[in-house]
Amino acid sequence: MTDTSRVRLWLVTLALALSGCAGPFPQSTLRPRSDFAQATDSLFTDIFWWAAAVFVLVEVLLVVALVRFRHREGRPAPKPAHGHTLLEIAWTLAPAVILVFVAVPTVRTIFTSSGEAPADALKVEVIGHQWWWEFRYLDLALTTANELHLPVGKPVRIGITSADVIHSFWAPLLGGKRDAIPGQTNYIAFRADSVGDYSGQCAEFCGVSHANMRLRVIVDSDTAFGAWAQAQLGPPATPPKASPAEQGRAIYARSACIGCHLIQGVSAGVIGPGLTHVGSRTTIAGGILPNDSAHLAAWIADAPALKPGSLMMRMKPPLSDADIAALVAYLQSLK
Amino acid sequence: MKSWLTTTDHKRIGLLYFWTAFVFFLLGGIEALVIRLQLAQPSGHVVSAETYNQLFTMHGTTMVFLALMPLSASFFNYIVPLQIGARDVAFPRLNAFSYWVFLLGGLFLNASWFVGPLFKAGMLNVAPDGGWFGYANLTERQFSPGPNIDFWLLGLQILGISSLAAGFNFIVTILNLRAPGLKLMRLPVFTWMTLVTQFLIITAFPVITVGLVFLMFDRFFGAHFYVHGAGATPLLWQHLFWLFGHPEVYILILPAMGIVSEVLPTFARKPLFGYTVVVYSGILIGFMGWGVWSHHMFAVGLGPIADSVFAATTMLIAVPTGVKIFNWIATLWGGDIRGTTALHFAVGFIAMFIIGGLSGVSHASPPADLQQTDTYYVVAHIHYVLFGGTIMGLFAGIYYWWPKMTGRLLSEPLGKWHFWLQFIGMNVAFFPMHFIGLLGMPRRIYTYSPDLGVSDLNLVSTVGAFLIAVSLLVFIANLWRTRSRGETASNDPWGGATLEWSIPSPPPVYNFSVIPTITSRLPRWRTELHAPMQDPPATPPGPIHVPGGSWWPMVAAFGLPLMALAPLTHTLWLAFVGAGVLIVGIYGWAFEPFEV
Repeated sequence: MTDTSRVRLWLVTLALALSGCAGPFPQSTLRPRSDFAQATDSLFTDIFWWAAAVFVLVEVLLVVALVRFRHREGRPAPKPAHGHTLLEIAWTLAPAVILVFVAVPTVRTIFTSSGEAPADALKVEVIGHQWWWEFRYLDLALTTANELHLPVGKPVRIGITSADVIHSFWAPLLGGKRDAIPGQTNYIAFRADSVGDYSGQCAEFCGVSHANMRLRVIVDSDTAFGAWAQAQLGPPATPPKASPAEQGRAIYARSACIGCHLIQGVSAGVIGPGLTHVGSRTTIAGGILPNDSAHLAAWIADAPALKPGSLMMRMKPPLSDADIAALVAYLQSLK
Repeated sequence: MKSWLTTTDHKRIGLLYFWTAFVFFLLGGIEALVIRLQLAQPSGHVVSAETYNQLFTMHGTTMVFLALMPLSASFFNYIVPLQIGARDVAFPRLNAFSYWVFLLGGLFLNASWFVGPLFKAGMLNVAPDGGWFGYANLTERQFSPGPNIDFWLLGLQILGISSLAAGFNFIVTILNLRAPGLKLMRLPVFTWMTLVTQFLIITAFPVITVGLVFLMFDRFFGAHFYVHGAGATPLLWQHLFWLFGHPEVYILILPAMGIVSEVLPTFARKPLFGYTVVVYSGILIGFMGWGVWSHHMFAVGLGPIADSVFAATTMLIAVPTGVKIFNWIATLWGGDIRGTTALHFAVGFIAMFIIGGLSGVSHASPPADLQQTDTYYVVAHIHYVLFGGTIMGLFAGIYYWWPKMTGRLLSEPLGKWHFWLQFIGMNVAFFPMHFIGLLGMPRRIYTYSPDLGVSDLNLVSTVGAFLIAVSLLVFIANLWRTRSRGETASNDPWGGATLEWSIPSPPPVYNFSVIPTITSRLPRWRTELHAPMQDPPATPPGPIHVPGGSWWPMVAAFGLPLMALAPLTHTLWLAFVGAGVLIVGIYGWAFEPFEV
């Protein structure tokens, strides 16, 4: 971290401390954890200091003028001054020169952060849906939802598109956002520099539940990532005989669930997120709820109550509590 | 009553614009307060997601099209003819038509709050909900099946007609009705900025109209202008919208810059420093405003070349803006500054607008913008520009010209209370938003997680919003008190340099008893070369013809919302009724006898 950005972080922290706020700020743009985020952050730091200097200059001049030239009895009438050519040239050139100092690193960063990545980069396709994220690992033939696992220190190239309306993929600690536009693929590329669990969310207004379209990026060590990918590529868990989970699978197979969701070997829906390994995810419902029995049950019973506008409708006729409990057991068994 | 409904007097129309726009301003403000209540804490439950999306859409749409533009228009109407020594605008009945279309368009949009039951939906269910920017393809029928977006796209088309008619009217007025000797480079800066604004209006509004017509065809007739599956791209909308939208920002800010350029010299008792430079900067901003639209689209993936070009043009536009700020400070420098309420607001404009300008430079840089766009950082930016800038400037204009418009001075002590409460309130409301955005809260979300760590900052912001509301209550109290107890204004309570101060407050219906001849940029001040002008005599030397009132502009105006009701309700015959009313209105207007 550069000195200046440390001062800036300190200023922000101070402001937050004054407002009685604490916390790790999981979506802070000021805590870069990748080369891409680092590049944009140091650019912003440069601009911030130029802006701060101009701000102080203008406000000081303004206050000095107001105090020094305020009306006093007996002050002689001001000398009419219509202008001053040299001054005009000076304060036209000065901002122009400052802007050159901003523009040069800007253009350099535009080209270094335009989404180009080495050929061996891990390629992931991100597809925005109302209101969840689909992640496809192109080289691994692997698809998951809402939680993106990436290996630390490896170059990653993410292609971003949409299945319906315009969304925007954004995990602030790992870098800036790019819009997910139907019929077009935008790219970002980065190398995450530390293992961790990074949160993000959709940044382009995309309808009723725009606020409920969150995501997590889990940056794993190389071995952890390999193990995770291996597990994801496997078939879904088979519930033991006569367990609640097996009963749940039967209910799943005869309910409307199969129209939208994919569980390999059980159902082939493509509208909603795939559930083959849903039990391995830490959240459900587009990253807004923890993946535990209570939330899963509430979600199955009435998704639109938890996420307005959700395309996963209330079951008609409603499932019994026992059926829901069995379904929950089944889904949780799909590690 | 009848005389107000049929009026073609620019002064009365100016007051009608003011009161109508002020009511819409309060409505947009109430929408903002509900938004802030919802966000005062994480996972707020004051309103539903659906209602919240309607609230932020209508807040933006109302403030831009129904509050700030028409508040500026009230000064165009009232003050510009007085500043150029004219008896009225060039087309007084067209002016009345502009006002009635604006009023009806505003009512049409806001009716959407209450008419849900007519569309088999609840109240608060069919107001526009696609954002004031209305990005396609979310606005397509497939994703927004209700009448919400229809209200928006039809309402904006109606309002566009009002702005276009007014735009042409004021261009002709300023170019053709100037008093003898009032050369272009002697025009007051407010009139100059009005002229630039009108050129922006007549060139920018057709662009959004095209975009809206495409959207209308997509929604009503199954066209595919924004449907990618049919080979189009939803990005077309963004290009059209921002090609309009960025000049629109200057449509909102240039009039306020004009007001500040009038208020500062008057109260510093010094001519505007660098008049020529300030005027040319305004014109240059008007032109450059057309070359920066894609800076709203740095995240859509235009490629590094386009991003670099638009970054450069956007940074360049900061130069003429900075030049204006330095000239304003130089105007104050060496002056004899009277700390009136109007001056407070004008100085507040400079102090706050600079913050919006500088945060603007930080998202002129595309890589930095990728972290900032669509977050609260940009919400902070836009509010420092449009609240700290435009609204501060408009209040400077209100305190400055209110005595001219009503004949009574607003209370200065109440005005100072208003200013300080609003100044503190806006900073408490909007400054924390910079941090909220940088800490990762996107805009346009009805709920946020407590884990983000921005809950307390949001609460502070909400407190600030209510401080602004209190400041406006003080302003309303001031208006109320002034009606009966305000000090009576002389012709020239401030010692102004421009023509409007040479005639009574409020001016007689004919404005100038004798049209003055102008020999100086500061006609009422003594300068090195010129003695002050002689004010026109109190009574006119001979009879003055003023046009009578007319019902026809209002009749014609009613045709437009009627036509808009046809697609809204899928009732074809209403289109013919509306067109008929419009034609009858225009016919009656065209053949109206000259003397009534």
